[in-house]
Amino acid sequence: MSSQIHGAQHFDKSKRLEIKFSDEVMQIAQTIINRYPEGKQKSALLPILHLAQAEFGGWLSPETMDYVASILKIKSIEVFEVASFYSMYNLKPMGKCILEVCQTSSCWLNGAEDIVKYIEKKLSIKVGETTKDGMFSLKVAECLGSCGTAPMLQCGASYHENLTYEKVDALLENYKSENKRKSYTDLDYKNTL
Amino acid sequence: MGKKLLIHNDKVPGIDTLEVYRAHGGYSSVEKALKTMTPDQVTDEVKKSGLKGRGGAGFSTGLKWSFLAKPEGVERYLVCNADESEPGTFKDRYLMEKIPHALIEGMITSSFALGAKTSYIYIRGEYFYVARILETAIAEAYSAGWLGKNILGTNFSHDCYVQVGAGAYICGEETALLESLEGKRGNPRIKPPFPAVAGLWGCPTVVNNVETIAAVCPIINMGGEEYSKIGIGKSTGTKLISASGHINNPGVYEIELGVPVEEFIYSEEYCGGIRNGKKLKAVVAGGSSVPILPTELILKTAKGEPRLMTYESLSDGGFQTGTMLGSGGFIVMDEDTSIVKNLFTFARFYHHESCGQCSPCREGTGWMEKILQKFLNGTANESDVELLWDIQSKIEGKTICPLGEAAAWPVAAAIRHFKHEFLDVARNKKFIDVSHYNRLNKIIA
Repeated sequence: MSSQIHGAQHFDKSKRLEIKFSDEVMQIAQTIINRYPEGKQKSALLPILHLAQAEFGGWLSPETMDYVASILKIKSIEVFEVASFYSMYNLKPMGKCILEVCQTSSCWLNGAEDIVKYIEKKLSIKVGETTKDGMFSLKVAECLGSCGTAPMLQCGASYHENLTYEKVDALLENYKSENKRKSYTDLDYKNTL
Repeated sequence: MGKKLLIHNDKVPGIDTLEVYRAHGGYSSVEKALKTMTPDQVTDEVKKSGLKGRGGAGFSTGLKWSFLAKPEGVERYLVCNADESEPGTFKDRYLMEKIPHALIEGMITSSFALGAKTSYIYIRGEYFYVARILETAIAEAYSAGWLGKNILGTNFSHDCYVQVGAGAYICGEETALLESLEGKRGNPRIKPPFPAVAGLWGCPTVVNNVETIAAVCPIINMGGEEYSKIGIGKSTGTKLISASGHINNPGVYEIELGVPVEEFIYSEEYCGGIRNGKKLKAVVAGGSSVPILPTELILKTAKGEPRLMTYESLSDGGFQTGTMLGSGGFIVMDEDTSIVKNLFTFARFYHHESCGQCSPCREGTGWMEKILQKFLNGTANESDVELLWDIQSKIEGKTICPLGEAAAWPVAAAIRHFKHEFLDVARNKKFIDVSHYNRLNKIIA
């Protein structure tokens, strides 16, 4: 059933990945759902949206949101209203590595703005944009709870703290050579201090 | 060096594992509570301890627990607020990452007192890797029988789950947190009814901060009265302070409540003074929502008494000349800091994080951000200072939740204590920024 959420956008289904959890991922989803009392499975929505975003290309397409609604037996609008509220859900395709640089008070006091300008120059993109090769997206974030090790950025599940221009160079190189999509749900995260 | 009750073992190798944690006395509070005490006795000890909520509001924990409604046949829940998003605050992350079992032990002991069969740790989505650490610790606890059916062979069974958020400061407000836990947008609810009566899925619920729950363990171990002997007056026990900004030694410090602010800022035992030999200009003592104070008012009260790290001392003088301990997010600013720009980063934060339900907050935060942007562009007028004051005064008390106040207070305090700076920028029609990166000059590990 195609969704009418974004106003009748029709995608060529032959080019898109199949929006369906594998058995393994479905088991994880079921474990999450089982945490709540009977009839309260909607509480699984936020965790399952994280799963779905990681599984289906790093963003939540209308199709993905419809699928999550069907698993939880809720309406598509209930999924969309949540997906559009929380900042960690992407409603459009993003780069493989989303660099989120904290910009609030303590990080600003320790040079966060300069880090952002440095990355903008290095990747030739502005905040909110994605590099042409689809590798990096640059975002600014609000306080990430790393004030004592500022400036810092988050990429997927990894925290990169005490940043210098050199450390930024190093982590960009690492992500480029790894060439993998980074998700918040990754188990192989690597924090750097 | 003051007494430490929460993170005294943070440097012990393997303290994040159950084996090492147990070897250092971990889970003794569960043993003591389940085997030798009744739930009401546990609540009594927490009341005697004088423990106040460590998330920011500072409400008496024992009192909050006693409000919990206990109707027959209705489930009760304990929910841990691990949504730590108050700018300047990172102590919950430290505790959960280094000593996850401290939180889990607290969840079990507290749930026993409250009669909760199930508890949830709602953790902010950005802390996903910390959620993994907590899940690993919970699995260890289940394996060893600290969670699950009939713990220690008693009638008490308990399940504890980690619930991950998805990026919303407002979900740190307890009713918005419950909305999010129910799978909805984080829109705060009108109170009453309070969560103690109708919380998670309409059931009686207690929502407590990470540090508050972790503090229950030493309280039960040593007894509430012993705990209350630490600290000064009504500020009992220890508090985790997140120190950041232009200091030599940023990080998480566990202090006995009552340490003088001057000692906290300058002593080598704590922040180690201002970096690069600069002078102190201002401090935000308890997270972005509390009033900023200039040097003379953060080190001493308006009466001239030394300011102490306690709830009472920091609030001395009300908002005219005082501030709040709040979350303990201690942000230190040196003489080269622009108060105008710092306020802008706060205003931008609150506007971004407003849930949008209440017009004064939704619109007010947006206007304040826009006006402060004018200061940074050098296009502000002197009248914009009055306008900012006017807008913030119209938000307070007119919103469903305290985010409105939290957005208004920093604006009021910055203008109250640093009006000349705003006027200077407006008169000169120029804003000169410093590159804080170039002033870093610190040795990075």
